[in-house]
Amino acid sequence: MGRRFSVFNLVSVALGIAFLYLPIVILVIYSFNASRLVTIWGGWSLRWYAALLDDSALREAATNSLLIAFASATAATVLGTLAALALSRLGRFRGRLPFVAMIYAPLVMPEVITGLSLLLFFVAINLDRGFLTITIAHTTLTLCFVAVLVQSRLAGFDRTLEEAAMDLGCPPLRTFLTVTVPVIAPAIAAGFLLAFSLSLDDLVIASFTTGPGATTLPIRIYSDVRLGVKPEINAVCTIFVAVIALVVIAASILTRRAERRQQISAC
Amino acid sequence: MRRGFTPWADPNAKPIVRFDAVSKRYANTVAIADLSLDIYEGEYFALLGPSGCGKTTLLRMLAGFEAPDRGRILLAGEDIVGVPPYRRPVNMMFQSYALFPHLSVFNNIAFGLKQDRMPKAEIAEQVGKMLQLVRLEGLADRKPHQLSGGERQRVALARSLAKRPKVLLLDEPLAALDRKLREETQFELMELQSRLGTTFVIVTHDQEEAMTVAHRMAVMNRGHIAQVDTPQQIYEQPNSRWVAEFVGDVNLIEGKLAASANGVVLEDAQGRRFRAGDGAQARPGAPAAFAVRPEKLKLALAPPPADTLNTISGRVVDIGYLGDVSVYKVRLDDGATMKASVTNATRLAERPIGWEDRVWLSFAPDAAVLLTA
Ligand SMILES: Nc1ncnc2c1ncn2[C@@H]1O[C@H](COP(=O)(O)OP(=O)(O)O)[C@@H](O)[C@H]1O
Ligand SMILES: [Mg+2]
Repeated sequence: MGRRFSVFNLVSVALGIAFLYLPIVILVIYSFNASRLVTIWGGWSLRWYAALLDDSALREAATNSLLIAFASATAATVLGTLAALALSRLGRFRGRLPFVAMIYAPLVMPEVITGLSLLLFFVAINLDRGFLTITIAHTTLTLCFVAVLVQSRLAGFDRTLEEAAMDLGCPPLRTFLTVTVPVIAPAIAAGFLLAFSLSLDDLVIASFTTGPGATTLPIRIYSDVRLGVKPEINAVCTIFVAVIALVVIAASILTRRAERRQQISAC
Repeated sequence: MRRGFTPWADPNAKPIVRFDAVSKRYANTVAIADLSLDIYEGEYFALLGPSGCGKTTLLRMLAGFEAPDRGRILLAGEDIVGVPPYRRPVNMMFQSYALFPHLSVFNNIAFGLKQDRMPKAEIAEQVGKMLQLVRLEGLADRKPHQLSGGERQRVALARSLAKRPKVLLLDEPLAALDRKLREETQFELMELQSRLGTTFVIVTHDQEEAMTVAHRMAVMNRGHIAQVDTPQQIYEQPNSRWVAEFVGDVNLIEGKLAASANGVVLEDAQGRRFRAGDGAQARPGAPAAFAVRPEKLKLALAPPPADTLNTISGRVVDIGYLGDVSVYKVRLDDGATMKASVTNATRLAERPIGWEDRVWLSFAPDAAVLLTA
C-alpha cells in the first residue's frame, strides 16, 4: 500500500467528495441567487434570507424543530445514559441479552415501521398527536444512539477511579456525580448533540406522529417543495446545513477529547 | 530502621490492624483462607507473595472494597467489617494510581479533604504541605496527563496521605517505575514513613523491595500466611522449604534426621552426614532438610582437611557473573546441583575456578537451617 497520492486515489477521493457534497454546494450557492427562478442564476443576493424573516410559517416550523430536538435530545440523553450504565454495570444479569437487543433494535429498524408503530400506539392510548408525540417518538429513535456512545466510553472507564473517590471519603452517589459523570461527560455531550441533529433531521417518524400546530421544518420543506422549489427553501436549507455541521463538528471534538481522557486514565 | 522498634515482641502492645480468622472466596477460588495477622502502630509492614496469593484481596478487605466471608477485621480495636470504604480512616494508594483525569494535581490532593468539608484556607495549606512532602511544589495546576510516571506516583502518594490516615495501604506502589527510580522511591518512602509515623501496609511481589523497606513482612502463599517476621529472620530462619525457596536462593539438602549427641545430624540418601548447630527438638528418623544460602557455602579447588564438617564435592557446570557476585552451579556426584555465590572482590578477569573444575563445597554448622515443613 503506497502512501503517495496516486492519480487513482486522487480521482476517487474527488469523485467521492463530489458525490457527497456537490448537491449541497449547489443548494448553498442557489440560496444566494438573486433570481426568483431556481434554475437560473441572477447574481449574488441575500434577498431570500431576508424573505425568510417574513415567512412566519417557515419560522414557526424551524422553532418547532429546534424545541422538539432540544426536548427529545435531553430526554434521550438521560435515558440513554441510564441504559448504558445498566448495560455496563449490572454485569451478566438474567435477561441482559434481550435487553441489549431491545436497546439497539431502533438502530436498524426501518423508520417507517418505527413511525407507524408509534402512531398506532399513540392512537391506542388516545394521546393527541402534536408536539408531545413527536418529542416522545424522537426520544425513542435517538435514545439508542446515546446508549451506544456512552456505553463504549463506560466500557473503558477505569473503575478504580470510583474506588479511589470512595476511599477518600466520597459516598457512592457523590462519587458518581463528581467523578464518573465528569469523566464520561464528553461522551454524554456527544450523545446529546447526535440526538439533537438526528431529531432535527427526521422526516419520516415526524410525519407519522405529527399533529395540528406541530409541523417541523423537514415536514414544512417537504410539503412546500412538492408544490415547486421556492428560493426561500434553499436559504432555510443552507442555515439547516450550517447548524447540523456545527453540531457534528462539536460532537466529534467532544468524542476526541473523551478518547484522550480515557487514554490518560488508563495509563 | 528504628532501633529497638519491636512492638510485635511486646505482649502488651495492642495491634492497630488485626485480621482474625478471615476467609474470603470468589466464585470458585479461595483467595484468603482462615488468616490471622496483627500489624502494629507505626509499622512499615509488607505483604509479600507470588502473584495470585491473595495480597491485593487482603488489602482491599482492609480498605473496605471486599467483605470477608468469615472472620473479623479490627482497626484500632473496632470491628470494621460492614463499614463502607468512605467511612474508614484508612487510605489506599492504587497500583494504577487512579488519579482523577479531569482534576488538577491540587484538586486531586484536595479531593479527600473536601469530602470532610474542611475550610478552603485549611485545604490549601494542607495541600501545600503535601506537595512539599512529595517535592511537587509548582506542579499544582497541572493535569495528570501532563505529568511523568514518577510525578504521578508522587501525586497519588500525596493524595492518599493528605487525610492523615491511621493506616496507609499501598498496592504495588512502585511496580510501574523503572529500576533506578524505584530504588530511590523505596528510600523516600521509608524516610517519609518514619517521619510521619503512619502505619504503612505495602503489597509487593518484589522480595528485594519488601526486605528493603519493611520492619516486618508476611510471606503469603495461596491465601495463607507462611511466615511473619522481620526480613532478616525470614531470610536467615525460614520456617519451611517454601519460604526458604521463595525468599532468596537456597540449597536444600534432603534427608532423615539421625541420632546425635550434640547438634542435629542429617543423613541424606547417599549416607552422607551433615551437622547443624541447633534444632534440638528434632526427632531422629524424621524426614527433614537443611537449607543453606549460596553465599554461606565455601567453595574450594582443593579438598579441605579430612575432619572438616559438611563437605560435598562436585563439578562446576555453570558460572553466572552478576557483577558484584558470581554464582557457581555445582553438579554433585549424585546428580543434584547446588549453588554457591562468591563475592567478586578483585577485578581479575581470570577467575581461579572455571567450568568443569572439581570443587569442594563446605558450610559451617550454624549456616544451615533445619526445616521440617
Ligand atoms: N474480583 C475477583 N473475582 C474472582 N476472582 C478474583 C477476584 N479478585 C481476585 N480473584 C482471585 O483471587 C486470588 C487472589 O487474588 P489477588 O488478591 O489479586 O492476588 P495478588 O494480589 O496476590 O496477586 C486469585 O486467584 C485471583 O484470581
Ligand atoms: Mg495484586
